[in-house]
Order: sequence, then C-alpha cells, then structure tokens
Amino acid sequence: MNIPENLRYSKDHEWIAVDGDTATIGITDYAQHSLGDVVYIDLPRAGDKFSTHEAFGSVESVKAVSEIFTPVAGEIVEVNDSINDTPEAVNAEPYTDGWMVKVKMDNPLEADKMLSSVEYEEYLSSQ
Amino acid sequence: MPDENLKKTPLNAAHRALGGKMVDFGGWDMPVQYTAGVIEEHMRCRTACGLFDVSHMGEIWVEGAGAIDFVNRLTTNDVTKLVDGQAHYSALTNENGGVVDDLLVYRFNAKKLLLVVNAGTTDKDWDWITTNAERGMQNAESTAEEIPNSEFRIPQLRNASSDFCQIAIQGPNAVGILQKLTETELAPIKYYHFTTGKVDGVESIISRTGYTGEDGFEVYAAPEHAEQLWNKMLETGSYGEAGGILPCGLAARNTLRLESAMSLYGHELGDDITPLEANLGWITKLGKDADFMGRDKLVEQKEAGLTRKLVGFEMTEPGIARDGFDVYIDGEKCGGVTSGSPAPFLKKNIGLAFVPADFANTGQEIKIDVRGKHLNAQIVPTPFYKRQK
Repeated sequence: MNIPENLRYSKDHEWIAVDGDTATIGITDYAQHSLGDVVYIDLPRAGDKFSTHEAFGSVESVKAVSEIFTPVAGEIVEVNDSINDTPEAVNAEPYTDGWMVKVKMDNPLEADKMLSSVEYEEYLSSQ
Repeated sequence: MPDENLKKTPLNAAHRALGGKMVDFGGWDMPVQYTAGVIEEHMRCRTACGLFDVSHMGEIWVEGAGAIDFVNRLTTNDVTKLVDGQAHYSALTNENGGVVDDLLVYRFNAKKLLLVVNAGTTDKDWDWITTNAERGMQNAESTAEEIPNSEFRIPQLRNASSDFCQIAIQGPNAVGILQKLTETELAPIKYYHFTTGKVDGVESIISRTGYTGEDGFEVYAAPEHAEQLWNKMLETGSYGEAGGILPCGLAARNTLRLESAMSLYGHELGDDITPLEANLGWITKLGKDADFMGRDKLVEQKEAGLTRKLVGFEMTEPGIARDGFDVYIDGEKCGGVTSGSPAPFLKKNIGLAFVPADFANTGQEIKIDVRGKHLNAQIVPTPFYKRQK
C-alpha cells in the first residue's frame, strides 16, 4: 500500500496536501483499491463551503459508491474538472492526477490533527 | 485465509493464487475480481475470452420413467420439446406463478434430465422439488387405484451439487481455445445444446451455454479435476499475454449479464415476481400439455393484463443507478431499479427496473432517485448489448 510521508490522512481514507492555508484533497491508495475500477466522481463547485467531516461528493466504481468527506472545513477554491474524462486516474495515481478538490481552510490547524503517514499505516493494519 | 464458515468451490486456492479479491457471495467464498479489475475482465470477455468459476451453481438429477412429465409440471418451459442433447432456460414457479428459481434443464435422454439451479437457492429448490415429488407420489397412488394403467411415475431425484465443478469459458475466442483441449468437435454443437466428452482427458459435459451474451461453453466435470481444467484453459488461452484469456470474477459476470439484459435471481426474479412481469413470456408456455405450478394464476394475469413490467433504461445525465433505487415518473414514485451499473463495454450507465405497464415503452422518460437527486433516464430496448454474429 502506497502511503506518502508528506501527506496527512483521515480515518475515512482521504489524504490532504497542505500548502499554506490551502489543502488539496483526494482518496488514498487503500480507498481506491477497496473500491475497484473508478468510473465516476461527483464533485462540488468552486465556492461551495463545507464543515469538517461533511460529505462533499462521491466516488463510484463499477461495483460500489463511496462518499468523500472534507477532513478540514473551508471553501472549495478549485475542482479537478478533468477527472471525469479519466476517472481511472483515481486508481492509477490517487495522490497526484487523481486529486479531487482544493479547499481554503477555515482553520489550518485542523490539518495538524489529522493522521501522519505512520499513524495512518498503523490505523490500516488495525482494521 | 478463507473464512471457515463460507462454502468453497474446488477452485478456491486457484482464485487466491491468481490474486482474486474474495468476498462472501450468498455464503460462498468467491472472487469478485482478480488483479486486472472488473473493466478489463469485462472487456476481455467481450473481445477475446473470459474464464469463470461457476462451480457454486447447484445440480439436480431427475431420472426415471416420469422424468419429463415431472419437470414439465414444475417448470414453465415445455420440456417435451427438448431433444436428447438439448437444454433450455426455464423457471420453477410457485402456486401464485412467482419464480422459485430460474434454471437450465438439460435432456440427456427421455429418462435422464439435469437441472442446473442458482447457488443461493439450491437448498430451497431441492426442498421445493422433493416436497412436490412427495405430493405427486400421493396423487399417483390414488390415481393408480382408480386407473390401473396410469403411467405417472415419480422419478428419482438426486442433489448432485457437490459432484460437479463448472467452468464457463466465454467470448469470441472461447470455442477455439476449448477445441484445442478436446477431440469432441465443438462447431456442430448448437447454442443451447450439449454433449459429453473428454476435455484434457477429463470426462465432461460440454454445453454451449453461458451468462455473458457471448459465444462459449460451460464445462461440467468432477470437482477433483477442477484445477487441472481451469489451469489448462488459462494456459491454452495465453493467460498473461496481451489479448489472452482472463479469469473473470463475480463483478464482471454481473456487468456482462446486465449488458445482455439477462435476469439475476433475487433482483429481476423472485417468489413474488412472475415470469410474465420479468419479460420471460418466451419461456412461459401457458398452452403446454402439463398443468404446471401456478399456471392458472399466470393465465389470469395474462388475460387481465400486467400491472408492472421489467424494462431496460439508460441514464441520460451523469450518475449511476444502483439496485434498489426508486423510479419516478411525472413526479410520482412508481417503481424500482432491480439492477443498475456502469456498462463497461457500452460505456453508459444502464439498469433494469420495474415500472407500471402503462409507462413501459421505449423512449419513456423516467427519473431515478440517486441519493436524493432525481436524475434523468430513458427506457430503451433490451438487450442493451447484442453480439455481432
């Protein structure tokens, strides 16, 4: 399982990459593997606001659908619009091309409360 | 490691060795997909060849003088029309005309039939069939007293589900691959016909049937030969090479059958769904010379007209309908999705649903409640996919 060290993780299997007060959000390698072949991603619009742990969209594979949650509260500033042209990127490159939204965080300290790569790996092995 | 409580087919270890992602499927430990993933498995079956373990299916032998008459009284299709070496699709019905199970009936000869039933319903079917055999026995005894020359006989019934493995080899390359493993000439075996012969030296039933919408065969053999046959078919089909055969899991089996609009028991079919409602009028021979279970109810239903019908639909805006989602027409909830999924070959989101018969017309706009959003869909003709012959 690929768990990059430089990212933060949620127990719902989202990752975030922090750059100042902006967080890029996607789903983890574990999540994409559990879902199987991703075929459709339902995403919000730029300008939409979400509180912590609110469902902001969904990822659908051939077999299943899974909601995606905002690990941090804030406003959507950018959406990966091209992702539904190549939804397989979520499977192949969950941490790069498969990113979903960028959020301007209400409180950047929230990111620090998320799991580190080591903690996320421990969490996965305890499941 | 496999869950001890789950039933396993003789190919369980083979699935694990191939990286199968194992799931509990109605009490069976089965691969939902392998490493290639459902889309690739589906596409390979449509364009080259897919291999499926369907050993979990149930098999019931019906043997003896009354075999044809007995099965004809329990099922909707006309068993008297079968010739030796032919099979047909049929339904076991209850007193109300509902479907106890859908099945294949194979005729080996006039005194030997094989019923192939769904895995999850094998025990229920066995109880249903044997209970009715006992009832028939009582009737036969009283009839025999009144009519000394009565020829009605209760055949011998045997649940042989654990005597078989079953492997489906499907797709445009399936016949060619299987032909390399058998001296039995496959080309003359017509669709829904079968023969017995050796596959890689193993005594088998070789049946030109399947559940994918593709040409191909289902091979039945003794379970101890399952791994040999499975591995030999993979090897002969160039597994691992570009465009070679791929093992396919339950997920691909489902999307392939859905594109071909074939019913799945528990979804399109059930104890409270009649074959007429489920578009299976073609296997429901109301006029045949046997008063099968539920026939009166089905005749009544046909005369009165159906109130609901199974239809195919296609999403006309982004979104995926799933099993159990509600169907709305003109703002009113009026039906439900029985199977819904992305269709990997057609690259559309499709589904089957029950709707009021008045609306069951091609082109009818419907809405599907996808987690609170009412998304547009349209009724389309089925099957969604039909192979080019």
